[in-house]
Amino acid sequence: MEIEILLALNQEWLLCLSIFLLLILFLTIENINQTLIAHTIHALLLVQVLFIWAEPKQVTVFNGMYTTNGLIQFQKSLLSLGFLLISALSLNWLKNCKSIIEFYILLLSSLLGMYFMLSASHMLMFYLGLEMATIPLAAAANLDIEKRKSGEAAMKLIYSSAFSSAILLMGISLIYGACGSLHFAEISNNLVQNNLSIFGFIMLFSGFAFKISAVPFHLWTADVYEGAPLPITAFLSVVSKMAVSFVFIKILFQVFVSLEVIYTISLSVLSILTMVVGNLFAIRQENMKRFLAFSSITQVAYILIALMGLQGMAQGAIIYFLLIYLFSTVAAFGVIGIVSEAYNKENISDYKGFYAQNKFLSWTLAIALFSLAGVPPTAGFFGKFFLVMAGASKGYFILIIIAALNMIISFYYYLRIVRYMFMEEATESLQKISVQPVSKLALIICLLGMVCLGLYGPVYEYILTFSNTL
Amino acid sequence: MTNSTFILLIVGLPFLSFLLLILSSGSKLTQKVAGQIATLLMAVTFFFAAKLSLNYFASHLTQQTAELLVNYTWLEFGSGLAINMGVLLDSSSSMMLLVVTFISLMVHIFSLGYMHHEERIANYFAFLGLFTFSMLGLILSSNIFQIYIFWELVGVSSFLLIGFYYHKSSAVAAAKKAFIVTRFADLGFLIGILILGYYGESFDFTTLISRLGDVNSPQYKQITMAGFAGIQALSWGLILVFIGGAGKSAMFPLHIWLPDAMEGPTPVSALIHAATMVVAGVFLVARLFPIFTVATAAPLQIITYIGAFSALFAALIACTQTDIKRVLAYSTMSQIGFMMFSLGVIGDNGAGYNASLFHLFTHAFFKSLLFLGAGSIIHYVHSNEMEDMGGLRKKMPLTHISFLIACLAISGIPPFAGFFSKEAILHAAYTSNKMVFFVGIITSFLTAFYMFRLYFTIFWSIPEYPKTNEHGEGTWSMKLPLMVLTLASILVGFIPFSKYVNSNGIPVEGHLEIVFSIGPVLLSIAGILLAAYWFKTANTKPQRLAISMGNAFVWVRNKFYIDQLYLYITKEIVFKYFGKTAAYIDKNLIDGFYLSLAHFTGYFSFFIRGIQSGNVQHYALYFFGGILGLVSLLFYLLSY
Repeated sequence: MEIEILLALNQEWLLCLSIFLLLILFLTIENINQTLIAHTIHALLLVQVLFIWAEPKQVTVFNGMYTTNGLIQFQKSLLSLGFLLISALSLNWLKNCKSIIEFYILLLSSLLGMYFMLSASHMLMFYLGLEMATIPLAAAANLDIEKRKSGEAAMKLIYSSAFSSAILLMGISLIYGACGSLHFAEISNNLVQNNLSIFGFIMLFSGFAFKISAVPFHLWTADVYEGAPLPITAFLSVVSKMAVSFVFIKILFQVFVSLEVIYTISLSVLSILTMVVGNLFAIRQENMKRFLAFSSITQVAYILIALMGLQGMAQGAIIYFLLIYLFSTVAAFGVIGIVSEAYNKENISDYKGFYAQNKFLSWTLAIALFSLAGVPPTAGFFGKFFLVMAGASKGYFILIIIAALNMIISFYYYLRIVRYMFMEEATESLQKISVQPVSKLALIICLLGMVCLGLYGPVYEYILTFSNTL
Repeated sequence: MTNSTFILLIVGLPFLSFLLLILSSGSKLTQKVAGQIATLLMAVTFFFAAKLSLNYFASHLTQQTAELLVNYTWLEFGSGLAINMGVLLDSSSSMMLLVVTFISLMVHIFSLGYMHHEERIANYFAFLGLFTFSMLGLILSSNIFQIYIFWELVGVSSFLLIGFYYHKSSAVAAAKKAFIVTRFADLGFLIGILILGYYGESFDFTTLISRLGDVNSPQYKQITMAGFAGIQALSWGLILVFIGGAGKSAMFPLHIWLPDAMEGPTPVSALIHAATMVVAGVFLVARLFPIFTVATAAPLQIITYIGAFSALFAALIACTQTDIKRVLAYSTMSQIGFMMFSLGVIGDNGAGYNASLFHLFTHAFFKSLLFLGAGSIIHYVHSNEMEDMGGLRKKMPLTHISFLIACLAISGIPPFAGFFSKEAILHAAYTSNKMVFFVGIITSFLTAFYMFRLYFTIFWSIPEYPKTNEHGEGTWSMKLPLMVLTLASILVGFIPFSKYVNSNGIPVEGHLEIVFSIGPVLLSIAGILLAAYWFKTANTKPQRLAISMGNAFVWVRNKFYIDQLYLYITKEIVFKYFGKTAAYIDKNLIDGFYLSLAHFTGYFSFFIRGIQSGNVQHYALYFFGGILGLVSLLFYLLSY
């Protein structure tokens, strides 16, 4: 039995162990070598990523509260990949960071929370994972201690998420009242559509909507993204969003099958609101980080559309899209982080004439933006295409037309930055920035992901093989 | 070498040229030899393309079956639906292969002289390579999804080329306008692809055509059963696909980007906005032609009327323009309108299809010749405005002759290329839709008129161009393409086109009814004479005498009032009211519509910015509001 638990939780054990070691290190060593620590953690994360190739197994432990299978294992590896790339790209920032150990302890704990959340098959386990994933992030948002905005971001994050957790818990209790159990399988068996269950579901749903920042539950996003240090922002918008989306798929298709009508209506309302409002705000932004915040809000809307489709297609399309979203967003944040670390400039207009001195960085950012906008042949196009296909699988054509219209609008603001970089000359354009080799490697990986994932079919096919598991 | 090796080289070499030049664009040496490298690679590409396409035609004399040269499964969805990537060679793509590589080669050679003083010449040639690569990918696609990818790539490279003079804000704005407007159209295209792919259960052209082009297949029955807003799903799919094509091909009302796109370098206009990219829409409709013909009449009717309207509309505007490149841009739009309505009217035994592609083929040569000629002229006088020109015929004899021949060709005067294809189009229209035929006739009269208005103002009007330019007519690299294209504009009309390219793969005898063609030709000549009468000044008496003699034969009795009437109708009514109104509608209503859309978005986003106040309390309020809104909406909907 113990062996079984040990084996089932191997990824979690590895994380716990490293958090523990970091704690000891933190308490004992005075002068730390930032680079060494960063690279050690990178190695660890790489091992986590390599679990992609581990033999998939189906295990249930802790009285059915914790399950894992090939799909979950794959999703966990993707999260680690995201963190690995973000950390590698933030090397410049980390080198100057006095609290690097705290940074890793906090983010690894958050990652651990996400792992538990992904493997949860019981509402309480899920809630525990969710909180464990969120609270360290609020602390981490404050890592730029000397900046006032950073503190503000942390406070806003902790208040808002406390609020949303309260609502979520209320929803869980109502569901418990309606079904008499908190096990996913039993809820799914016992749930019938009545006022109580609808109310409970909506509360739970809004908790999710808060985490993935769907409109109107998104308002914290821009402030927190802007104030938090860049690696944290990237982590929030990539890793955290991916984890919650994965769980969202599982909960909708596994637990709330009987409320299909309800969740379809809610999803369609939220998706339309999200893309319209997200787009309208994104057009106005002048700060790069706020801009990416709204852009990531808009991206979520397309995920919501796919969620309305048939389970197999929706799941495959969303995971594939998120994988591409990971590469594109991490690359965009990476470039912005490198620039912000070198010159402390974060405004869109600062990127005028950026191409003149920084060819590699400009191309990377441009391809990332094209991929986010969904221009073929970048992978972003294929990601969005499959999302829309999944939505089409149940015939929601009007929604798809609205989505496509919004994609056109989004084009305007993505293109604006590209135009600034390539086509405008500034009085004082940014000088050449030297990029750390590890960061460069990470950017190249992102570039490969953005260019090749779309054109190389087997990745999507591999993801589709999970379409029958949840 | 096998055919697939050919294909690899044909598509690969332009891409190689792009990669090579873009990666080394920083070095001094590349700047010097960029043009030569690119042109050399393009010449080799042309050689292989010509070989492949001539091979194809030689081996498919009696039956033009489509050949799938490369096929590779890209995505497998398990349930039988797969997306393939491949190369489909049939008569229309072989023809396009020849056109694209040939015109691209000519433009490369011309650019050697025209662009030699540019700083970013390596980038320029790299973008040309990228464009050629994507255009070739587009025409060789075996699959509607693949064509969409290249379709967008063509859009991107066209964006880069239009915005090449990026220090000119008008060029940047034009590049953006072209990109956004065509993207807007591509949205329709994408949804159309989804509908056709969903019901046809395939994305391959051949499979799609065999399924949806056959009234007895289960897929056809399904797609015609389904519908939305009272229109069959099949019609929806085809109309949406056509919208994509209309965007790229600058059909009304999606044409607004084309005149502005003239901000790009002139050789680029010759390549992209005359011969290749803008006809992609025609090519797309031609690719799906068998499906269009079995579907209900609606999609083809739309194509016919939009094509005919655009042809006339653009011709009217062209009469009022003074910028030489803009006249050519509107004339391109008008000619593409011809190709579109020719596809739409079908004609006997697919005669409309043949005529349309024939016109596409001949138009590519004389229109790129016109643009390159315009490039030479602009190079000489350093202005785009017609009023800065005049009397250039002695200073630029070669350009003069080639421009004249191109003008004759586009006006449909025998024996030049345009005559044969335009006659075929008019004949197809005559046998199927009289109204469209009359629109075509009027347009071809107007075409002759405005083209010769252009010709006479540039080369005649004053005795001799006052200034002499030390660099003369241009380098040899600029003259050579003009000569080659002139030769082509004279000769290509004699090709028995319908034997090689036709809608169902079975060669058709071309027809040339002398009696039928007399009318249109006479009308065109009348247009030319009218232009000469007005725009060639008085001191060229012998010509004037000859022309008024010509007038006398036609109008001898009616001279007194017809002449006045013509003058009145054209100068006072057509010019002042119709032409200007059309230009006004174009400028204010249609541009205005897109502009106000942008304004509205901007205004609205300004209006709602108050929501994002920065107060966490407010955020919580909206959170609650969201929950309440959702719950009340749900209970409201469920109470029914």
